[in-house]
Amino acid sequence: MQVSNKLTPFFENLNFERDDNTMVINFGPQHPSAHGQLRLVLELDGEQVVKAYPDIGYLHRGIEKMAENMTYNEFLPTTDRLDYIASTSNNYAYALAVEKLLDIEAPRRAQAIRTMLLELNRIISHLFFVATHALDVGAMSVFLYAFREREFAMDLMEDYCGARLTHSAVRIGGVPLDLPEGWLENLAAFCDKLDHEVEHTYGALLNENRIWKMRLEDVGVISAEDALSWGCSGVMLRGSGVKWDIRKEEPYELYPELDFDIPTSDRCDSYGRFRLYMEEMNQSTRILRQLIPLYKDTKPQLMAHAPKYISATKEDIMTQNYALMQHFVLVAQGMRPPRGEVYIPTESPKGELGFYIKSEGEPYAYRLKCRAPSFFHTGLLQNLLVGTYLADVVTIIGTTNIVFGEVDR
Amino acid sequence: MRKYIPKDNVQKKAYYTDRYHVVPTVPQSKVDEGSYFAGVLNALGNTVTESSVQLGQLVIHIAPEDNFKVMKTLKETCGYTQCSEQSAVDYLAKDNEFELFWQLLNVGVAKRVRVHCRLANGAAIESIEPLFKSANFAEREMFDMFGIKVNNHPFLKRILMPDDWEGHPLLKTYPLHGDEFASWYEVDKIFGKEYRDIIGPENRDPAKIDIEDTKRFSRVGYEVPFGAEYNAEEETDIEYSETALVNYNKKTSKQLDERR
Repeated sequence: MQVSNKLTPFFENLNFERDDNTMVINFGPQHPSAHGQLRLVLELDGEQVVKAYPDIGYLHRGIEKMAENMTYNEFLPTTDRLDYIASTSNNYAYALAVEKLLDIEAPRRAQAIRTMLLELNRIISHLFFVATHALDVGAMSVFLYAFREREFAMDLMEDYCGARLTHSAVRIGGVPLDLPEGWLENLAAFCDKLDHEVEHTYGALLNENRIWKMRLEDVGVISAEDALSWGCSGVMLRGSGVKWDIRKEEPYELYPELDFDIPTSDRCDSYGRFRLYMEEMNQSTRILRQLIPLYKDTKPQLMAHAPKYISATKEDIMTQNYALMQHFVLVAQGMRPPRGEVYIPTESPKGELGFYIKSEGEPYAYRLKCRAPSFFHTGLLQNLLVGTYLADVVTIIGTTNIVFGEVDR
Repeated sequence: MRKYIPKDNVQKKAYYTDRYHVVPTVPQSKVDEGSYFAGVLNALGNTVTESSVQLGQLVIHIAPEDNFKVMKTLKETCGYTQCSEQSAVDYLAKDNEFELFWQLLNVGVAKRVRVHCRLANGAAIESIEPLFKSANFAEREMFDMFGIKVNNHPFLKRILMPDDWEGHPLLKTYPLHGDEFASWYEVDKIFGKEYRDIIGPENRDPAKIDIEDTKRFSRVGYEVPFGAEYNAEEETDIEYSETALVNYNKKTSKQLDERR
């Protein structure tokens, strides 16, 4: 019997053997396949999960609180820390929400660059998913191959914005930089390489792999009704046969002009979702290839022209007095958006990432709520894990593709 | 004279506001007769006190006691099968009220509805968990962040903050860097409140390393038994490999010096 005292207090009240022969175990928060800081309290009857209780909050940094104390432009780099696997999607979702609040639109070249970055981030995130999911289930080599290609994608991000993980590659009103020389050629080469690898490496290693299928098929089955009710989005929803992709249904940026498919699966299980992730990488490369000529047709303007909210270009600031004054005001005081509220959903690699912003016309948001897909997918675990076996718990956590930066915020 | 800081909203404020600055508002339009959203409004009847269309989404205001009824109609009659988000906005300083919102999605027709209601401070709201399971976590978060009680929630408990936390972080009265309870949380929990004076505000870092405390810390190269008197003179002959940052092993460094 453990005794708690002031120096060794009980943070986890564990009792293993209980009267009804069930056992309570802690999964995490430091479990390697807990995808960050998930503590899962599982009540087991033998090896079967009777009750699951996801305990979150170990990575809570109060990002929504910080948003109320930062100007709109100051907050943008903080959004990197939400879903840190695909930072640009967070930057973009936030920038888009603020742009809708301000009623401005990014110029076409910025839209082309943003769409490219979003799809590149989707690939980075999906590669990470395939790698870690395979590693969790026990396929070590896929992890190494997938991280090799992810490295190339991250090199592309680095060439564009200088950062590999926390990109901050999008600004409110556009993008800060144009693409560097030779970037599009590298991108095209990367697309070819990725298509080849998805089919001949990860696909060949996993798609028809007997062990992989045994571990994934009929594991983590969610009906379409449950998926909707529990707030699932993205692949979790499409894996249950609901054809819902915000890029198609409520399009933004250049997505209406692009030709791509929304893969869905009626299998409702982990294997179906895994195949969707693989197929989505193919769709992303398809989008990226179409974007290259679209980018070349655009004019070089990168930031929207809205002097009330957005600073002028560097050249204007350095040569024109009024642009300099306005820039000084915008940096020192922050922009003052209209009074009102917006909720703008975007399709991040994990699902529906939306920002609700309530503005009172001040330079600081009155309230900012980040609708993170992983938060609801974590909530789903308490339903999904019941009745499964302990060995499948890791598979199910992996298949939800949760990232704790955005669960805890 | 010290500057007056209002206690009911301690969030950061603009230090300068142009007095001729007129704040515009986000465009809102009336719900057109015969449009899709007019059908939704008809189904809801007179429970809706105010309605508008903002950026293609229907925004309605309801009374807080109608929330379950409205959500049920929206789900079962109008096909809004997903509650994608729900939370609150703190208007305690201005109106002594919270503004709650629910963001609903109809996957079939790709339309969104935002439902608003004003809830008096201290009042409770009915849980919509029986309709939308996503409310399970969302309502817990709302309770954790604002202290808004939810009736008939299956498991209303703090979710992001620790269970024994005091205060609700997203209230406007809660400072960004935490209140007094927050700053002493680890000290109170591990040592007890009476240790606040002993430790002092400058040393309340829970990761503080006390080199003279041989009960909780050991010192490489100067190992002593548990609880023994600290003595900086007696060197023990335990060797440790050198790391990139710290050179624990003095002998190695002596050898290195000799080599140089």
